[in-house]
Amino acid sequence: MINIIWVIMIISGIMLAGLRGQPDIITQSAFEASQAAVKYSLELIGIMSLWLGLMKVAEEAGLIEALAKLLRPFTKLLFPSVPPNHPALGSILMNFSANLLGLGNAATPFGLKAMQELQEINKEKEVASDAMCTFLAMNTSNITLLPATIIGVRLAAGSANPTEIIGTTLFATTIGFTVALITDRIMRRFHR
Amino acid sequence: MESIIYEISRWAIPGLIFFILLYASFKRVKIYECFIKGAEEGFSLAVKIIPFLVAMMMAVSIFRHGGVISLLEKYCGGFFDFLHIPPDILPLAIMRPLSGGASLGLCTEIINTHGPDSYLGRLASTMQGSTDTTFFILAVYFGSVGIKKYRYSLKVGLLADIISFLASVFIVSMIF
Repeated sequence: MINIIWVIMIISGIMLAGLRGQPDIITQSAFEASQAAVKYSLELIGIMSLWLGLMKVAEEAGLIEALAKLLRPFTKLLFPSVPPNHPALGSILMNFSANLLGLGNAATPFGLKAMQELQEINKEKEVASDAMCTFLAMNTSNITLLPATIIGVRLAAGSANPTEIIGTTLFATTIGFTVALITDRIMRRFHR
Repeated sequence: MESIIYEISRWAIPGLIFFILLYASFKRVKIYECFIKGAEEGFSLAVKIIPFLVAMMMAVSIFRHGGVISLLEKYCGGFFDFLHIPPDILPLAIMRPLSGGASLGLCTEIINTHGPDSYLGRLASTMQGSTDTTFFILAVYFGSVGIKKYRYSLKVGLLADIISFLASVFIVSMIF
């Protein structure tokens, strides 16, 4: 599916720009986007190293395991295929909390770490495991308590009450999150 | 309530670093060596995702700058009208699952044009905060560990995006 969508995006973009007689826009945006991608990953190196370093310290101190143990009732329900006290559960929880607080920068390293740890217990290395699908369903529809970036934009635009969208965002994300988890469970049954 | 949440977010990272290091000291972990060992992975992980980042960001950029969005706006606007959703929000709804940067740009534009406290401004703010860049996350997260078959992940992610979008429209028109 991602193959088709990827190709459609590129083909339709080129065709439309061509019809408007502006093929140079495509050349320019393709080059610029590729460079932006590398720039983003370079910026990520620092943040990744910082969080993965701290995670290692937390792991060594037994904090991640303690956290996983504490949340066992929830994780058992959400990730039945992951062994209890597995480090992946700690990373997943950290990713969830970072997204909850609108700390996108911190969420990515935890998320990638969680994927690595889930891959270690994945039997078929090229196929997404049940736990990975559930984790990404959670991650892409994460409940948000504090949409930090957007509050910043509203503040800059002179809003009388920049934080008034906290409640509406929490409502919309809670619904989305619930739907994602339920759909994930239903779909799993049909994709054996 | 809002200010409490805001304060928690402000203190979360310093608090977390402080707590981890303090706790690890009590447990007599070789903190510095341990940190370095973990941090070493940062480089390889960030470099590993470059191909996926390039592929996704390039495709999204071509899609966006090619002018597909204005075309969709022209032909799908009627459908949005029918659902009582302002058509101005359409480009944001389409770009949101594809690119965080592009959708933030569109959202900022709506907020600045219509005002942050207008119906459109509030709706755009709620939508931007409510959904995530599903495509991007799937491509990068799965790519980083070499997963080729996503199974039903994309469907679940996109369905959740649509539901969050509709929930945003519902709650914003109810409350404000």
